[in-house]
Amino acid sequence: MAYVAVKGGEAAIAESIKRLRYERLRERRTIAVKAIRSGLRALVDRVMSEASLYAKELAALAIKQAEGNPEEATFLLRAYRSTLPRKYYSRLTSMGSMFVERRISAAFKDIAGGQLLGASADYTHRLLDFNLEKETSANVRAWLAAFQREQEAEKPSVMPRVELPRVTDILRSEGLLRRMQQDDTAPRDITRQSMTFPAERSERLQTLTRGESGAVVALGYAAIRGYGLAAHPTVAALMVGRVAITIDYPLGACDSDDEALYLGQVRVTEVDAIIPAAKKGQGGKQEIEIRLGYGLCFGQNESKAIAMSVLDYCLEHPIPDSPVHDEEFVLTHIDSVEASGFISHLKLPHYVTFQSELDAARRINRGER
Amino acid sequence: MNKYNFAFFDEQSKREIRRALLKAVAIPGYQVPFASREMPIARGWGTGGLQVMLAIVGKKDVIKVIDQGSDDSVNAVSIRKFIQQMTGVLETAETSEASIVQSRHRVPEVPLTGEQILILQVPIPEPLRETEQSELRAKRLHAEKEYSGVWLSLFEQIMKYGCTATGADHPTMVHERYVMSPSPIPRYDNRRLNDCAALILFGAGREKKIYALPPYTKVESLAFVDRPFVSESMHGKICRLCGAEGVFLDESVQAAGAGPFYECNDTGYCRQRQSSKSRLDRGEQSGD
Amino acid sequence: METNEGAVLSLQNFRKQFGSGCEKCADLDERHLQRNYCPNCRTTYACADVSLELYGGEILGVVGESGSGKSTLLRCLYFDEEASSGEAFLQGYKSGQVNIFTETGQQKRYIRNYHLGMVYQNPYMGLRMSFSSIGNIAEKLIAAGGRSVDEMTGRATSLLHKVDIPPYRFLETPATFSGGMQQRVQIAKALSNNPPILLLDEITTGLDLSVQAKVLDLIKGIQRELSISMIVVSHDLAVIRMLAERTIVMLDGKIVEQGLTDQVLEDPQHPYTQKLVQSLL
Repeated sequence: MAYVAVKGGEAAIAESIKRLRYERLRERRTIAVKAIRSGLRALVDRVMSEASLYAKELAALAIKQAEGNPEEATFLLRAYRSTLPRKYYSRLTSMGSMFVERRISAAFKDIAGGQLLGASADYTHRLLDFNLEKETSANVRAWLAAFQREQEAEKPSVMPRVELPRVTDILRSEGLLRRMQQDDTAPRDITRQSMTFPAERSERLQTLTRGESGAVVALGYAAIRGYGLAAHPTVAALMVGRVAITIDYPLGACDSDDEALYLGQVRVTEVDAIIPAAKKGQGGKQEIEIRLGYGLCFGQNESKAIAMSVLDYCLEHPIPDSPVHDEEFVLTHIDSVEASGFISHLKLPHYVTFQSELDAARRINRGER
Repeated sequence: MNKYNFAFFDEQSKREIRRALLKAVAIPGYQVPFASREMPIARGWGTGGLQVMLAIVGKKDVIKVIDQGSDDSVNAVSIRKFIQQMTGVLETAETSEASIVQSRHRVPEVPLTGEQILILQVPIPEPLRETEQSELRAKRLHAEKEYSGVWLSLFEQIMKYGCTATGADHPTMVHERYVMSPSPIPRYDNRRLNDCAALILFGAGREKKIYALPPYTKVESLAFVDRPFVSESMHGKICRLCGAEGVFLDESVQAAGAGPFYECNDTGYCRQRQSSKSRLDRGEQSGD
Repeated sequence: METNEGAVLSLQNFRKQFGSGCEKCADLDERHLQRNYCPNCRTTYACADVSLELYGGEILGVVGESGSGKSTLLRCLYFDEEASSGEAFLQGYKSGQVNIFTETGQQKRYIRNYHLGMVYQNPYMGLRMSFSSIGNIAEKLIAAGGRSVDEMTGRATSLLHKVDIPPYRFLETPATFSGGMQQRVQIAKALSNNPPILLLDEITTGLDLSVQAKVLDLIKGIQRELSISMIVVSHDLAVIRMLAERTIVMLDGKIVEQGLTDQVLEDPQHPYTQKLVQSLL
């Protein structure tokens, strides 16, 4: 009866679900959703980005329910997202209005407005900090108080308003980067209209920004390592910051931002990568053109945003026979819910299909026609 | 659960899936792209079928959900429970009582009627995928009705093995126009799609495609004129529970040396036969 | 325009260019071109307004150095590449009334499957290396509507016999064959649907001399037996001399000389042909 045993009954399923709950609770501790939201910021960011739903509270809840498994948490949040009606599309958000918290450029030693390091683990040594084992709320309060005093002391009485020009604008003004026509065509919403190939750039960017972080990084890495453009992209600017999201006043489109309804802010990571490429110039002359790849995702998610900028470039400039330049290859395989779903479906019973294969194999081996 | 709308989706989403369904019915066998939603069950676990179900189910419907022929399979239970939670509709294991049947990889043994709808879950809707990986190029081949690749792969199987080697999901020609994946139903079920009285809807969630067979559509399994299409051989095999012959049977392996035994794959059908076994014993035994 | 009396294929002002072209070079005025290249807009004219006729049952040789445009000519006729301009008519297709270059993709596929056969210099272009030899031939038969396994295997076997492939290798993949054998399978495949026209692109290049002779004998035999019209492209005058009754000499995308093969080879008029013939001696 071994093979039939895969058929569970309703009772067995109920017990399995109970068991899952027990595994989460067996150590007799529960983790507060608030604690996840504040203490697991990177995971919350990642899940919001992969689920393409900016909702910290819900992401933290999903992480709790998924016991910290990002694939499962993304799945929960996406499924919840499916039940939400799409009532509005936001107005155009200008990235120039970003409240910048971190902004670095690898292209220039110094840039107008300066390099702003912000919060990053890039400059730490990855040594396990055993002090964190003993971190108490008293410690935390004391450290925070000291931090705030320090900040107050250094803060100038009047905050100068610093203009942060975009690095790509500097390159454009020198004629190194092509000036592009502003394109405000409404993007095709891939959650409402299935993407078809060849895909529009808006569809590609949406799919990339929702991509599973590991998958996006792996393919972006493959591209620069040699299975693709084989050029070294330079990060013109990586920015982490908050941008305001507004919608048109529901009774009619409005002309100025002042009349728009402000919904709130989202924190994003934005990357402009520049990649030199050969091109045929006027009259077929060989020239070097500096081209752009763009990455943008919810939260602070720097590797993903950089890899996305590489893949955006790759898909804008296809090379035959290179999988990372093939939009169907990249876009159909990086989605967390799709990839993990199809892999996990292999756990479902397949005895009918398997028996069908078995029948074909036996028929062939018996030499029937 | 009252946090969710009837049948889970917002009404806008349902309408959109219904539009795709209408188009699919209008062009039998043609794959209509739709904006497949993420569902509370995993991609690859029947989300396409489930979305079709949720888009068409009404309060008076009676549903049956089977997975590889079984009503009790874990995934069938899970999907049925979910639909039930989100709609409150009645459920049944008896095919004849159901108004909508959602199935993975089987067509129920009891012949479907014009009052019923069968929804099949589809993992890979593109029958040309094996010979043409690119969706764009495959779409072009469909448009031009250029199916040499599929035929050639069947021909090569015959050259290599002496006969076609397809297991489940043997490609079909629909209404003499589109080559269609029947979903991984056994070859035994292919002929039961042909001229079927019920509307058959196919949903592929991960691949974001919907297609359909309106009632009484001509569905032919691809086969060369001198190599007729062959179903799985059920010859001489009898269900040990209900004694059925000529139906699709599951083969089960016993301890070494004992040889395999067989049971109806369609568990609902088998149970029904068992409960009326005495009547059947008196009358003539018939397969289907 | 339509086909001339008796011509199975008629090609008129066929042009294939790589590049956009500019007002200086659009009329192909030689004063603005360096050979077939426009220095102003960097456009190359692989075939610059070529016109030719192919008559029933004849073998037409096209000779020229590499880069002369002779292979491009064949690739465009077989729709592997798109012609930039010009017209081509097939006697057997819509009574020679329709320019095949402007037909739909579906119609072009039909023409390939029913009216043309192609043998490439590189067998990897013409064969599916991981499919059986029989399957390779069946591919073309299937594309032309073949649905009987026995008929198709029968046809494939007789063709493979004709091209001297040993029967025990019929089910093997061409990937395991020698270059000469691959070429012969390609020829069998090209013949599968009895096309009225066969296109042969440098089919003996890269083969040993003895193998070359065998392939050429085969082509000659096929022509005698089936009276198929052929265009044979080669840079090798020996091949042209052996196969072709009539010959066209191409240079820089243009036809510089044409006539009966003997006449062209014995008494070349164009300086380029003279050089070519001399180098052969």
